[in-house]
Amino acid sequence: MSELKEIIISSDKIHTDQYLVNMGPQHPSTHGVLRLLVQLEGEIVHHIQPHVGYIHSGIEKMCEAISYPQIIHLTDRMDYLSAHMNNEAVALCVENALQVEVPDRVKYIRTIMDELSRLASHQLWWCVMGMDLGALTTFFYGLRDREHILDIFEETCGARLTVNYNVPGGLMFDIHPNFQKRVKDFLKEFKKKLPEYDQLLSDNVIFRERTNNIGYLSLEDAISWGVTGPSGRGSGFSCDVRKHEPYSAYPLVQFQEKLDTKGDSFTRYKLRIDEMWESIRIIEQLIDNIPEGDYAVKMKGVIKLPEGEFYQRVETARGEFGVYIISDGKKNPYRVKFRSPGFSNLFALNKMAAGHKIADLVAIMSTLDLVIPDIDR
Amino acid sequence: MNAIFEYFGTIFKGVKTLLTGMKITGKYVFTPWKHVTQQYPENRETLKMFDRYRGEVIMPHNENNEHLCTGCGICELNCPNGSIEIISKMVVSEDGKKKRAIDQHIYHLGMCTFCNLCVKACPTGAIVMGQNFEHAVWDRSKLTKVLNQPGSKIAQGVKE
Ligand code: SF4
Ligand code: SF4
Repeated sequence: MSELKEIIISSDKIHTDQYLVNMGPQHPSTHGVLRLLVQLEGEIVHHIQPHVGYIHSGIEKMCEAISYPQIIHLTDRMDYLSAHMNNEAVALCVENALQVEVPDRVKYIRTIMDELSRLASHQLWWCVMGMDLGALTTFFYGLRDREHILDIFEETCGARLTVNYNVPGGLMFDIHPNFQKRVKDFLKEFKKKLPEYDQLLSDNVIFRERTNNIGYLSLEDAISWGVTGPSGRGSGFSCDVRKHEPYSAYPLVQFQEKLDTKGDSFTRYKLRIDEMWESIRIIEQLIDNIPEGDYAVKMKGVIKLPEGEFYQRVETARGEFGVYIISDGKKNPYRVKFRSPGFSNLFALNKMAAGHKIADLVAIMSTLDLVIPDIDR
Repeated sequence: MNAIFEYFGTIFKGVKTLLTGMKITGKYVFTPWKHVTQQYPENRETLKMFDRYRGEVIMPHNENNEHLCTGCGICELNCPNGSIEIISKMVVSEDGKKKRAIDQHIYHLGMCTFCNLCVKACPTGAIVMGQNFEHAVWDRSKLTKVLNQPGSKIAQGVKE
């Protein structure tokens, strides 16, 4: 009896110290193999240290041994949801280095494909975001709409995710005869579906409560951590490469860079929904005006870059993606470096989530739209 | 008093947004013909993949068991991950000249990333992408295939 008394008395004095919890590497809401070392005090998150490298595949090193067209097919596997943009970055980098001007047709098709990928990527992000917060319905609705885009890819490019559609100098194939019709049908349908996204999730009271004023990221932090894409633009950081350094057909189209300064989870969410509307607008401007012409310029059988350093950046669905190639004049590069948006965005997580509850950490992580192979590459 | 109004107002608004969402889900429950799900594998007979779908590398043969492959090895060079091995042999043609020909076109399906570079690079169009996607086998060694059929030879008039 006295022992029990002692325990009860001493339990009053139990020191609620901070403790460390591993979130991941197999946590379902990290959508991949990501480990966060979370320092907790009760339910409150104090500090987050992301640990990466669990699925590091050494793509940059592999690139040193293969030729430029072969590098493109590896970039599919980094940010698989933005495969077109990643492909395009390498293709543009090689074209700029060789000073090859691609036909207008190629530019138009590339831009349409980029925006379709962005739509598909944001759709997947939207449904996963709902799922992370416990709304499984959104998961099916998002995937349903994404399926139409994947069908378009499959018909024209031959694959759904790892498309490998861009080659240095143009495209792998011309567009499929059904392409324009399919895209227009999809847009018509999707413009009816997108308001449903708002009704299902954006206006939902539970969702609002869990995202409004949660996960604040200031403009200064966004810039100093290099947070790009919709996550950075939610904090007022104007970083859209499509606007600031236009490539392909982006100089020809009218669209807005969606910006907001509130910096919380809901803003980042809202910006992606707005971006989908902008993507639809861009595709609509281009789809009927694809100029006639070749779908690729003839390149040499073995592509050799001149000696030097080349850099090209593009806007993927997650932010700024950069390719940096150092060439020593051979058919394979001396060194390739990829600047992936996911990596920089992930490390700002500590700034956003510190001080919030651990359940909010999942919501905040969702708004960053992380793709793990993009981080680990 | 205001606090009470606000309290019930929030509840009312909350319920309303929930009902808005449920209206949409309800709409789909009662219009099931709009579903996009495919009944795979029941629909196997009618399932048709797109022409360009990249399922595997195949080498088409004509009715005389002839293919278009010269054994030049360009596909092997273009493959980023060594999925193709070309074993060529020397044959003596009818006019007495020695010529290179394909002995075995070995294709490792298990390593292939379906990038289409070999098909694009082949000068004679001897290999194409097939639409079959059901590649599951019990034994990994079954994924290594010889694309040129036994006893096949190169079709007449194919130039290197
Ligand atoms: S498949 Fe084509 S590229 Fe490959 S060895 Fe035969 S002819 Fe040459
Ligand atoms: S599709 Fe690509 S990976 Fe597969 S065999 Fe051809 S070149 Fe190699």
